[in-house]
Amino acid sequence: MDLKELYQTFRDPLIMKALAKKINTKAKQLPYPLKVMEVCGGHTHTIMKYGLMQLLPDNIEFIHGPGCPVCIMPKERIDQAIDLAMLPNTILVTLGDMIRVPGSKGTLAQCRARGGDVRPIYDPMDTLLIAKENPTKSVIYFAIGFETTTPMTAVLVQIADQQKLCNFYVHCNHVLVPPAINAVMSDGRAKINAFIGPSHVSVITGAKIYQHIADKYKLPVVVAGFEPVDVMQSILMLVELSIATDQHDVTPEMLIQYSRAVTLEGNLIAQSKINEVFELRDVFRWRGLGDIANSALKLREKYARFDAELIFKTHLSTKPIDDHKACQCGDILRGLAKPNQCKVFAKNCTPTQPMGSCMVSSEGACNAYFRYLGLNNNALNKQPNTQK
Amino acid sequence: MQQIQLSHGGGGQEMNTLIKDLFFHHFENEILLKTEDAAILPTTGKIAFTTDSFTVSPLFFAGGDIGKLAIAGTVNDLAMMGAKPEYLSCSFMIEEGFSYADLKTIVQSMQKELAISGAKIVCGDTKVVPRGTLDGVFINTTGVGSFYHSQTLSVSAIEDGDAIIVSRDIGCHGSCILMARDALKLNSNLHSDCATLWPIVEMLLEKNITLRTLRDATRGGISAVLNEWCIASKVQIDINETDIPVSDEVQGLCELYGFEAYDLANEGTMILAVPQSELAATLAVLKQFSATASHIGNACHDNEGNHKVILHSPWGSRRYLELPQGELLPRIC
Repeated sequence: MDLKELYQTFRDPLIMKALAKKINTKAKQLPYPLKVMEVCGGHTHTIMKYGLMQLLPDNIEFIHGPGCPVCIMPKERIDQAIDLAMLPNTILVTLGDMIRVPGSKGTLAQCRARGGDVRPIYDPMDTLLIAKENPTKSVIYFAIGFETTTPMTAVLVQIADQQKLCNFYVHCNHVLVPPAINAVMSDGRAKINAFIGPSHVSVITGAKIYQHIADKYKLPVVVAGFEPVDVMQSILMLVELSIATDQHDVTPEMLIQYSRAVTLEGNLIAQSKINEVFELRDVFRWRGLGDIANSALKLREKYARFDAELIFKTHLSTKPIDDHKACQCGDILRGLAKPNQCKVFAKNCTPTQPMGSCMVSSEGACNAYFRYLGLNNNALNKQPNTQK
Repeated sequence: MQQIQLSHGGGGQEMNTLIKDLFFHHFENEILLKTEDAAILPTTGKIAFTTDSFTVSPLFFAGGDIGKLAIAGTVNDLAMMGAKPEYLSCSFMIEEGFSYADLKTIVQSMQKELAISGAKIVCGDTKVVPRGTLDGVFINTTGVGSFYHSQTLSVSAIEDGDAIIVSRDIGCHGSCILMARDALKLNSNLHSDCATLWPIVEMLLEKNITLRTLRDATRGGISAVLNEWCIASKVQIDINETDIPVSDEVQGLCELYGFEAYDLANEGTMILAVPQSELAATLAVLKQFSATASHIGNACHDNEGNHKVILHSPWGSRRYLELPQGELLPRIC
């Protein structure tokens, strides 16, 4: 199959315009302004990068949620990664953006410049190669991510177990989407009346993890893909669900837009791998959201010999470290503020000098606003001068 | 296999042999062979002068190597000012243990690339450093170019209504290097665009086409160039997303890793700003070199001082095209 076929339809201008027209027509029937939380930063970036807000009526608003693995990483966990990387004969391995997130001791990139052996990788399996190539060193995988990346870490641990690797460890920071949504909703301050659920999470977990949101909070949920047509179609589905719910006085539904890869049950093999290797932590402290019970994973007792938090316990401080007072990442992650409402946005906090994690990550809401919205919104209202 | 040793940079017999048998043999010209402390260059009128250092990993990639890059890069900097590349210096920093055969391949590649513009290497330097203190080979080239026409190109010369053109599809070099790196381990038929641009510039000048400014879109890609132009010329630049040529291979890498082709490096692709009246003639020349040359947008004066690049989507939305920032890192999930 030609690569273009994989994405072109999902960026087709005619389909986009047709969806925009239909949403604008239907939205007139909305009984209340639709305030949609896109849980995942991937959706935030799609919305901003493709200018979707400009296609939608004023009574549809996006509120950004807590679904970016980089944004929600508390400073003390980054500090632990730095402490590990600075140990003698140690290599710390992690994924992409993580090296740019500031803890209280700087970033992993700065730690690397100070002499720490920090290696960003593209594929977690590379960690095993690094461990085999460096048998005299401890190789620690700083594992991050929601349910999407967790199966890869599970497989990594199982292979290391089968191959009896003695120099491979995992610092586990895997977190879960449903407890984060519950934390936002139970707080009660965020004004949200619809949800877009991240489809890549549901490819693993199944769409069933969002059913309780529709049931408990009486809100429509659509499990959406990440292409612009996916998001626009999901918005249309949410508009229709909201109208139907209001007109017929029924409980909102949870629907799957990304039906080409998501089922209700999800990937049972991946789920089984996760369950074999991990168990729930009693509590995990989220950046901006604070302690959330049963919201993260840790290695099971069976794999304790790979657990960096146990093996290197004496080197790791667990004292909580809060963000700078001026940084409003917490409010942004809870859906209480927009990035450009933060006082330090684009002033003291930019992607090159981030104060908060939401500005760091390529999935962070502040980063998306900085990159795609720009500072002068009026300029976007100018008519194009394309002369073609 | 013969390897470079510290003695090859020691100033003695081994260094003389390396210079004569390898560098002089391939870069031969009468100015260089005089072996004076400095080259004496016959020039008249104003000259363009530029320097650049080249490090790339891997040293050999599809479509080129560090040697080709070191010549094309500096020659292109001169060409982008409308100057004919004439004289280059060349400094090698070589890691102890580096393969002589690989060094020879790099030098031969430089020789071949020099022939395209007719520029000569007239002076140079060789340093060999202990193993582990650099990654293979670094090359610095400095260039001098002459002006055979009266046009003055400048990054601050873009005017209201000027057309913005790209000479070919973008992002090939950056994609090629990323794919070749151990970390990605991707296979593709993609080749770097690494090339000398002087023949295209020479033809544009010979046809008396008025050029406002040219820029080879190297690190930072077309995003960086367009943003620099907006600030220097105090204009807004509107770009149509659908008109920007991107190959399937480059787009594929971007889809996989969450990159944008606009941010990826090029080493033989230029962006041009020309008056609208010169658009057709410019494109006619560019199309002789690449079928993918394209008019991607226009500059406009902005009374509100909005000196930004605005990218227009095919469905009518707009956004700023910001400067790329930080290391190019793939998305996490």
